[in-house]
Amino acid sequence: MIVLLLTLWLALAAAVAWIAGGRAARAIGLGALVIGLAAAAVAFVAAPPGEGWRSADLPWIPALGARAAIEVDGLGAVLILLALAVGALAALIARGSIRTREGFFYFNLLLSIAGAVGVFGARDLAFFYVFWEVMLVPMVILIAVWGHEYRVRAAVKFFVFTQAGSLFMLAAIAALGAHHRAETGEWSFHLAEVATTAPGGYPGLFIMLGLFVGFAVKIPAFPFHTWLPDAHTQAPTAGSVVLAGLLLKGGVYGLIRFALPLFPEASLALAPIAMVLGVAGILYGAVVAFAQTDLKRLVAYTSVSHMGFALVGVYAMSELAMQGAALLLVAHAFATGGLFIVAGALDDRLGTRSLSRMGGLWAEAPRLGAAALILAAATLGLPGLANFAAEFSILFGAFGPAPAYAVAAAAGLVLSAVYALSALGRAFFGPPSRRGLRDVDPREAAALGVCAAALLALGLYPIPIMDAAAPAVSAALEPIFGAPGAAP
Amino acid sequence: MTRSDVLAVTPLLILGATPLVVILAAAARRRHGAALAIALAGLALALAALPAAAGAAPAAAGALITVDGVALSFTALLIFGAAVAALLARPYLARATARPEEYYALLGIAVAAAAALASTQHLGGLFLAVEALSVALYGLIAYTRERPASLEAGLKYLLMTGAASAVLLFGAALVYADTGGLDYAAIAERAAGAESFGAPGAAGMALILVGLGFKLSLFPFHMWVADVYQGAPAPTAAALATISKAAVAAAALRLFADTGALAHPGLGTVVAAVAVATMIAGNLLALMQMRVKRLLAYSSMAHFGFALVAVIAAGPLGLEALLYYLAAYFLMALLAFGVVSALSSRAGDADDARAFQGLCWRSPLLGLCLALALLALIGIPPTAGFLAKLYILAAGADAARYGLVVAVAATTAIGAFYYLRLLVIALARPEAGAPDARPPTGTAVLLGVLAALLVALGAVPGLLDPLLAPASDALAR
Repeated sequence: MIVLLLTLWLALAAAVAWIAGGRAARAIGLGALVIGLAAAAVAFVAAPPGEGWRSADLPWIPALGARAAIEVDGLGAVLILLALAVGALAALIARGSIRTREGFFYFNLLLSIAGAVGVFGARDLAFFYVFWEVMLVPMVILIAVWGHEYRVRAAVKFFVFTQAGSLFMLAAIAALGAHHRAETGEWSFHLAEVATTAPGGYPGLFIMLGLFVGFAVKIPAFPFHTWLPDAHTQAPTAGSVVLAGLLLKGGVYGLIRFALPLFPEASLALAPIAMVLGVAGILYGAVVAFAQTDLKRLVAYTSVSHMGFALVGVYAMSELAMQGAALLLVAHAFATGGLFIVAGALDDRLGTRSLSRMGGLWAEAPRLGAAALILAAATLGLPGLANFAAEFSILFGAFGPAPAYAVAAAAGLVLSAVYALSALGRAFFGPPSRRGLRDVDPREAAALGVCAAALLALGLYPIPIMDAAAPAVSAALEPIFGAPGAAP
Repeated sequence: MTRSDVLAVTPLLILGATPLVVILAAAARRRHGAALAIALAGLALALAALPAAAGAAPAAAGALITVDGVALSFTALLIFGAAVAALLARPYLARATARPEEYYALLGIAVAAAAALASTQHLGGLFLAVEALSVALYGLIAYTRERPASLEAGLKYLLMTGAASAVLLFGAALVYADTGGLDYAAIAERAAGAESFGAPGAAGMALILVGLGFKLSLFPFHMWVADVYQGAPAPTAAALATISKAAVAAAALRLFADTGALAHPGLGTVVAAVAVATMIAGNLLALMQMRVKRLLAYSSMAHFGFALVAVIAAGPLGLEALLYYLAAYFLMALLAFGVVSALSSRAGDADDARAFQGLCWRSPLLGLCLALALLALIGIPPTAGFLAKLYILAAGADAARYGLVVAVAATTAIGAFYYLRLLVIALARPEAGAPDARPPTGTAVLLGVLAALLVALGAVPGLLDPLLAPASDALAR
């Protein structure tokens, strides 16, 4: 119920913001997200999993057995809170930089967050797909209208790529529902019911691949990642924050929630290939990031690299690794989101994203530099910050079942140090600049402070997140460890 | 004929009488508003008569017309489409021509013929209804005869449809020669008795498919579609895309399902191949179009490729999927053509993509309507377009036609590109000095209602139940 109320609240606020326009829209946008975040936090703390507040089951398409079924467990709660928090950060940042057609901007922002909230709560596959698409379209509009110089090309590429993946996912969902009907005579798309009749063998493999393609494009797994650098670079800062902090999480979440539990044999068979793609993403993303001169594009490629880690964590078939992947989703949101805020702040002030035109900025903007230092340290995996806890868990968990992949992935840690420190150095260190750069204003400082604080807190105390994710992780791994030929 | 037979046929009678009344009234005194009012009144009366007819169904009027629940569901949908087309035509014709009254008469004939096409279980009835529909459409397409493009479009349609009808008739003759029957039940009986169609019968069915395929713009009979849609006035293009195609699709479904033709292995394969080819060709051809009406023409071709999957799936789910798909498609297509019609001027239709630049900022209402129509055409939730796609995919998967399912998914992805391109043009900055695009109030209300229905139907598919009820009742019996 809480999820439905949240999405309705955000949709209503979106409509009001569009109609109100101008400065009122900014207040409505930020206010709605902060209120939603507070309400959700209270609700999830007060109502333990399994309670009425956390689930809902309403009829939707009786003829096809598709229901509006919601169930929020620990992982879902964490990601929903993350969605609202990232949305609030984006709204806070947008206050300073979006000056035209604000009503429409906040309409799209709030709708995208509403879609994300629904994605992390839905249990019925068809209902999940609705929110999957609702999450996507407003983001495309955000990029196309408020983005930078090649925004149209980036938005179209983003949309067509993601849509193609999603359509194969829809075909797989339809096939799964039809299979359930063939077995039981009733239509259903609900996860719990479809799980009992999910096919094995070749049909299962193909359906799982359909789901995998949809999720892999979103993650983004190498080689389906080519939409991401353009989309992240050309999006406005707030758009980049939401894109990196939120939309990418849907892919990994979908794998843990749907693809693995429904198709244990097929997932086990795909695991080596998926891990190869993950490692390839880690190494390729890191190397290409190092080669960038555009700061935002550099951060975009670090996203590819980090999400490669998450993919390895999911398919390592280890509880610790998968919990690490869940933690990485949260850590990456704050680290990369924060870096996009820094890049956006520099772009606003200097009029450029090019690292070769930056240098020595620390002298004039020490607070911005300090924030960038913390975020870069998080990105490279400094112990004490959240990314380290996540990546270490993934490597430790993956080493048992798949040592070769863990070793290869660990090389990514070295490469991430290379690109993070080199980018930081090129931007902030060197001969002091004298450009009259102004430091962060209170609004940006608050946003960056939240990111840094979250990374530090989760780095020192990641247990709550990993425990919250545990039920979903064991639900994903249980069918696999019970399946024949499973790893110990 | 008993009293209940007459009751069942009443909607058809009302639909048939309406154009006569329109013509007589126009002959007495030409008034645009009166012609529209009479046409709408006729449509409303026919719609009101539907529940009574549903109670009396199934019933036959002679050998040619068989009114059952399925036919009545389609008739309701066709009446809705005709009403919207007539309302869209009102401001358009006021600008474009000095003699608009006959348009409503022709539209009335078209919808009556379309309803008859959905209500027939006889090859003779099929042919007559198709011919009547075509003749009405010749006039509707070439109506703005001062424009050479319209005349050319009308002539193209005349020649193509003439050829198609000849092929259809030849096919019907071959089927008769093989099975000795002209009504679907008799054909099914004879074909089942002889263990499916012999060579002449199968060839005849294929030729009938060719004839119907022309009107549905299936591959490879689609060559006319872009030119005719481009030349025709926008409300006629809307009627072509919705009423004409839906009626023929309904007739094709009933023909192939009720005669058991799809059970014939060769025919089944041919129909599936045509569906896949239509999806691919329609989407690829639309990709290359920069003119909006041509783009919508090929998009309509692609969409009926998708709808053909529901026809192939058959069965109760196939029928429900087809009805839902057509209802959703009616809303999308009428909305899209409605925006084109609202932007058109006396000189010509708003065909160039430049006319749409910055539409969202010049007229937020038209921009929103266009955006919703395009998103629905791609198949994005929460519009009805998404549910339509889900129904089609579910029906295809249920019938174990996985190749068709994958083809629908892959070609829809291609489609996303050209719809998005138009949406991005509408979101771009308007050209300096671009004309104000705000539509008149009546059009604005109509388009707003259509847009609201499109989203409402996507969120609550149960809204369509009153439309589907006669069909589901008929199938349950």
